[in-house]
Amino acid sequence: MNSDAILDIKNLRVIYQTDLETVEAINGIDLKINKGKTLGLVGETGAGKTTTALSIMRLLPERTGKIVSGEIHFAGQELLKMPLMEMRKVRGDQIAMVFQDPMTSLNPVMTVGEQIAEAINLHNADLSKAETEKRVENALLMVGILPSRKNEYPHQFSGGMKQRVVIAMAIVCEPGLLIADEPTTALDVTIQAQVLMMIRELRDRLGTSMLMITHDLGIVAKICDEVAVMYAGEIIEAGTVFDIFTSKRRHPYTQGLFDSIPSLSSRASRLQPIQGLMPDPSNLPKGCYFAPRCKHCMEICTKEHPKKVTEGTHTLLCHLYSDSATVQKPGGED
Amino acid sequence: MDSTRTPLLETVNLRKLFKLNGGAHLHAVDGINLKVYSGETVGVVGESGCGKSTLGRTILRLLEPTSGQILFKGADITKLNSSKMRELRKEMQIIFQDPHSSIDPRKSVVEVIAEYMFIHKTYPTKAAIYNRAAELMDLVGLARRYANSYPHELDGGRRQRIGIARALSLNPQFIVCDEPVSALDVSIQAQILNLLMDLADELGLTYMFVTHDLSVVKHISNKIMVMYLGKCVEMASSDELFLNPLHPYTKALLSAIPEPDISKRDEEFVLIKGEISSPINVKPGCRFAARCDFVSEICTGNDVELKEVSTGHFVACTLCR
Repeated sequence: MNSDAILDIKNLRVIYQTDLETVEAINGIDLKINKGKTLGLVGETGAGKTTTALSIMRLLPERTGKIVSGEIHFAGQELLKMPLMEMRKVRGDQIAMVFQDPMTSLNPVMTVGEQIAEAINLHNADLSKAETEKRVENALLMVGILPSRKNEYPHQFSGGMKQRVVIAMAIVCEPGLLIADEPTTALDVTIQAQVLMMIRELRDRLGTSMLMITHDLGIVAKICDEVAVMYAGEIIEAGTVFDIFTSKRRHPYTQGLFDSIPSLSSRASRLQPIQGLMPDPSNLPKGCYFAPRCKHCMEICTKEHPKKVTEGTHTLLCHLYSDSATVQKPGGED
Repeated sequence: MDSTRTPLLETVNLRKLFKLNGGAHLHAVDGINLKVYSGETVGVVGESGCGKSTLGRTILRLLEPTSGQILFKGADITKLNSSKMRELRKEMQIIFQDPHSSIDPRKSVVEVIAEYMFIHKTYPTKAAIYNRAAELMDLVGLARRYANSYPHELDGGRRQRIGIARALSLNPQFIVCDEPVSALDVSIQAQILNLLMDLADELGLTYMFVTHDLSVVKHISNKIMVMYLGKCVEMASSDELFLNPLHPYTKALLSAIPEPDISKRDEEFVLIKGEISSPINVKPGCRFAARCDFVSEICTGNDVELKEVSTGHFVACTLCR
């Protein structure tokens, strides 16, 4: 089991510390991605999705971001104990990341060809110029851009095309793990569909494992094999896509997310949103972090932090499903 | 639709062209005929650059139309002078997409909401205006304790509620909602959508709802217009459009949405090739022709007119004759 995992995060805790406050961004998460699989990390703004990605890359803001505890194993190496020079060799070569906004992740004064070549040269110093160029052209072809456009600047590309360039940069060294942080959020739906299909095809062709960060459950249903739902720095539910999408036993927050999406196939007059807002991460509630917004909140929820309940591949962090509490299943009361 | 009633708002061949350097024109809105009846919610969908926001702004004359008419309660408003227009704006309001940039950061919440009422002197005294502002806060679900907070202290959902309260402050009949939920998280988005729908019922509002999100538009609209490069390509009632989309662009758009439904996991998207072409100095002919799989020679050369294929269902496509 363990040998299959390309990424294994254990009990990771991350805080952002300023003079004024301590923000508990990630509160002890466990995450595992098996080789060749895609894990979808779902949650709303401020849930800690991007912080998780930045922790893996060790790119947390230097002054404020601190990893308090935990381990991150990647392909047999412990990333958190790795010297910085070693880590640099991992970044971009073995683990690559695609950021949300293609407009700000490209250098506006370098041609796209130069930027892709930069990624190649950093990790393959002895490659000849001609060979580098060839790999640049190959990478562009893979993402569906004419190689003749390599001498153009980012502003000459549209948003969708820019995101393709960023993806070309990420896959050019054939990384074992690709972290995609909301790669299609800034794109139009038809362009999003193009880019998603391209990502899926490249992933299958290269056998890359992927961490797909998104807030869109539709993308998860299409692309991911496994899912972890984050809320206030915790993984409150995890499992295979089938566990999450078909199980009757869902975390109330996950259920709330599903109920918040207007459906295309059926017609409901009102949505059932989750009331209230995400708790302030510098002042998390005692007990379950979701309790103040939860429809099924019980007495125990405000007092005790829930423990993980596992059923096969499906893990839930909720008192509703622990044996000690009186079970009152979601949907049972209405 | 009821053809004997006068629409609350109607546009007749409305065009908005932006002049560019060198005499070229960008065709943002190019001959839109739209009827919005009182109490209806009309959704306008399309991708970036299709002219949907420009349409919304031109209808309120925040942008001056190049040609065509805008009829509000049957009277053309394109020729009104600015003071008459200002009077009329009490009845037509707008909610903007970005609650961060559409609200003055140096005004407190209650001041933002009260601002229009001071401009229009809706109430005789300051106290009465602030009183009404507080009522509006209740109406949109903003706790009164935020009255003296500044917008930066609030999250996006609450800020959007300020924008809604402000738009309601003059008791309008018609509101253009320009992507009001695009900047929000799904759970907050659902709260705001519910609020907008409740307000429409309670106050009898008529919305023109501009968005790129098809699931949102389906949820909230009675009628939907799909725009592509400044033109309407298809218009139908919400149910009809989703059950029976006819234009190849609408079909592709509907198929491109990843649905949160695991049984559709292996369904392939209908991908459309390429990207939206340039709206500058467009040639006559179907604007979608370059990306369309069903293109034939009749698609280029002449503009494709909108045809009513069944009651209330209009399509601009040479395939539907």
